[in-house]
Amino acid sequence: MIVQLSHPQRQVEIKGPKRTKEVLRELNLVIEAHLVIRGDELVTEDELLADADRIEIRPVISGG
Amino acid sequence: MNCTKCPTSTRAVIGLPRHNAAFCKGCFTTFVHEQVARAIKSFKMFTPEERILVAVSGGKDSLALWHILLKLGYRADALYVNLGIGSYSEESHRKVQHYADTVAAAHGAKLIVHVVEQEAGAGIRELATVLHRPTCSTCGTIKRYQFNRAAVEQDYDVMATGHNLDDEAARLLGNVLHWQEEYLDKQSPTLPASVEGFAKKVKPLCRLSEREIAAYAVVNRIDYIVEECPMAKGSKMILYKEVLNRLETESPGTKQRFYWGFLEKQTKPEPAAESMAEKDQRTLHPCTTCGQPTTADTCSYCKMMAKAKTATPR
Ligand code: SF4
Ligand SMILES: [Zn+2]
Ligand SMILES: [Zn+2]
Repeated sequence: MIVQLSHPQRQVEIKGPKRTKEVLRELNLVIEAHLVIRGDELVTEDELLADADRIEIRPVISGG
Repeated sequence: MNCTKCPTSTRAVIGLPRHNAAFCKGCFTTFVHEQVARAIKSFKMFTPEERILVAVSGGKDSLALWHILLKLGYRADALYVNLGIGSYSEESHRKVQHYADTVAAAHGAKLIVHVVEQEAGAGIRELATVLHRPTCSTCGTIKRYQFNRAAVEQDYDVMATGHNLDDEAARLLGNVLHWQEEYLDKQSPTLPASVEGFAKKVKPLCRLSEREIAAYAVVNRIDYIVEECPMAKGSKMILYKEVLNRLETESPGTKQRFYWGFLEKQTKPEPAAESMAEKDQRTLHPCTTCGQPTTADTCSYCKMMAKAKTATPR
């Protein structure tokens, strides 16, 4: 699946199917600091993501 | 994962370990509104008649705050300060204007805009350079001044900012690490208008985490700027937030206990605490078996030894 990341904007490819939390772990990202979005819907950590999915992992931490 | 609130099994969009819950879109929106309503009530922030000025930046917190206040039926206008930081300011300005035109206007709410370059002749980065001051401190002074001035001059009863649980917990951690006790007083979610010309300030999102607010924005289709202000890179606040989020992942509810526990202590000062020696004198007496001080009849060491002697070895 194609994973869209921010700060900086980039894309990585991860082999599916995989649960959301496994994708986050693989990328070394903490769930509490990110949201995972498929299409324009949020997905929970136990959701099974297919290899054909395109997802966005959006950071929620701001520094101001 | 299914919604823990709906009677029929509806797919959840977010799990909230610190509340032992998972919510579908509708229940999550209700949950967020309830948390904000509770903060407004328990910290006596404002009433439905009062006029509120929301400080908006185009980011998730401030736009979500404006949205929630309008949905809850409050009279909330907003002020945006364009800092003149290149494409970041251009895009955040566009997002705020877009929200004002497409959503806020229908609620009868207006957007006030202050452009730093128009009054100061330069953006904040250039100002900071000529003033030999860090950009963020220059920015902080300008924003505080402009918000307070707009609130007072245009007769708003209160000024609201989008500070969330993570902001407050991270700031508290920083203040405690450096024992900056004089700043602790300023961490209350409601700061009164202490003197004439000083607006009352409130933080209605103080019960919600950053992740919950971002999720609310996504669920409610609020188009905010995901990109960060370029000046925020490497800030201490981000480091504190990362540390707190690692703790939160290991034991959900840590941030909430840390910040709310602090607020509770602040509002209910403890009666003059008994000294440790006084407490020991009141609760300790000699063990009936060995004579060492204990709170029980027999000390825990003697109990342990007695048990070890009677237990059959394996
Ligand atoms: S990061 Fe610094 S310059 Fe950017 S908005 Fe925040 S305080 Fe201002
Ligand atoms: Zn539900
Ligand atoms: Zn004893």
